[in-house]
Amino acid sequence: MKHEEVSTKVHQFIRKNFLFDDTAQLGDDQSLLGSGVVDSTGILELISFLEETCRVKFEDSDLVADNFDSINKISAFIMTKLPPGKDGDHAVT
Amino acid sequence: MQFREDILRLDPEAEIAAMTAGIRETVVKTLHRKGAVVSVSGGIDSALCAAVCTQALGKENVLALFSPERDSSPDSLRLGRLLAEKLGIPSHTEDIAPILEAAGCYKYQRDAVRMVFPEYGEGWKFKITLPSIIEGDRLNVSRLTALTPSGEARSERMSAQAYLQLVAATNFKQRTRKMLDYFHADRMNFAVCGTPNRLEYDQGFFVKGGDGLADFKPIAHLYKTQVFQLARALGVPREICDRTPTTDTFSLPQTQEEFYFALPYAQMDLCLYGLNHGVPAAEVAPVIGLTPEQVERVYRDIDVKRRTTRTLHLPALLMKDVREISEMKTAVVGKTKRG
Repeated sequence: MKHEEVSTKVHQFIRKNFLFDDTAQLGDDQSLLGSGVVDSTGILELISFLEETCRVKFEDSDLVADNFDSINKISAFIMTKLPPGKDGDHAVT
Repeated sequence: MQFREDILRLDPEAEIAAMTAGIRETVVKTLHRKGAVVSVSGGIDSALCAAVCTQALGKENVLALFSPERDSSPDSLRLGRLLAEKLGIPSHTEDIAPILEAAGCYKYQRDAVRMVFPEYGEGWKFKITLPSIIEGDRLNVSRLTALTPSGEARSERMSAQAYLQLVAATNFKQRTRKMLDYFHADRMNFAVCGTPNRLEYDQGFFVKGGDGLADFKPIAHLYKTQVFQLARALGVPREICDRTPTTDTFSLPQTQEEFYFALPYAQMDLCLYGLNHGVPAAEVAPVIGLTPEQVERVYRDIDVKRRTTRTLHLPALLMKDVREISEMKTAVVGKTKRG
């Protein structure tokens, strides 16, 4: 799984579940927590989605704002949780 | 004014005089009711509400309502009765456990807990907890903490589905209490007194249609520290004044900071005041024994909670204005604020 794939999936998930508007702006570096796009219930939904879709398991120490505050930060953090694969991919086990 | 630990200290006599005048004006002249029903939990907020309503409306015009259920601490009812006796006001007890059982509250709670701990059953106790944001910039990700019948403590992160169902089922408790508040208020031609303090009101720590529903909220402008100060001034029993605030909602005892607020109330009050008055975190930090970074995190947490709970304060929203009613509401609210 590549960074771009994770980014696309997260983008789609957030747009569908939290924005309810296909035309709303959603930048890859936009603060999701600071702007209120993702609230405390939303973060639970996002975590469940990421664990299921990317097949990763978050530790409590992972659950800090800096790892989840934008689509780019989430994607980069997911890449660190995935085992390295060939051709720059990360394997989803 | 320099930021100090006692910056929230009030002139109790002046504040109580203003509150009692405001309650009389609101209940009698605006709401056209003869008295007030106060749901008394054994905690400090409802104790102050009952005490100040008694001062404003007279002993015979305040009803203390106790509504224990299966998970209530026995202390809650005992302290509620102690308060009513001290104030000399009538009281009534409604055991809401059968209503909650019939509505499915306990079953839906059990099903939600089993999403996290499938073996959950008889003899287990549980509560919802949040991580401390003081230790790091942690996300507000709720955990379910349980105690097994053998005394083993367990804690797991909750899924969104489990969290939402457990909170929704638990909200039956506050909403059932409110239904009974209104039953007694209607039969006595009284108004319903809401008991949130400023922290709870500002941070959305209430259930819409539950403890958030009332005809008037006499202490919503008071920081919790001020609630304690005024309660002592009005002679609320010492045991209530000395008790650590709890939610008294889940089967395991739970402090309010474990469930919702980042800090114990005294520090939380000062952070909320500091944020509201533009006091820099670096000035608040040494007064409450935290670092400026920790106070900044609390400031951010206050902002986030205020923003994410803003819809709880809204009335039912209309698709088009009904001018005659909205003008009337504006007039009543304006009159109350001026008074």
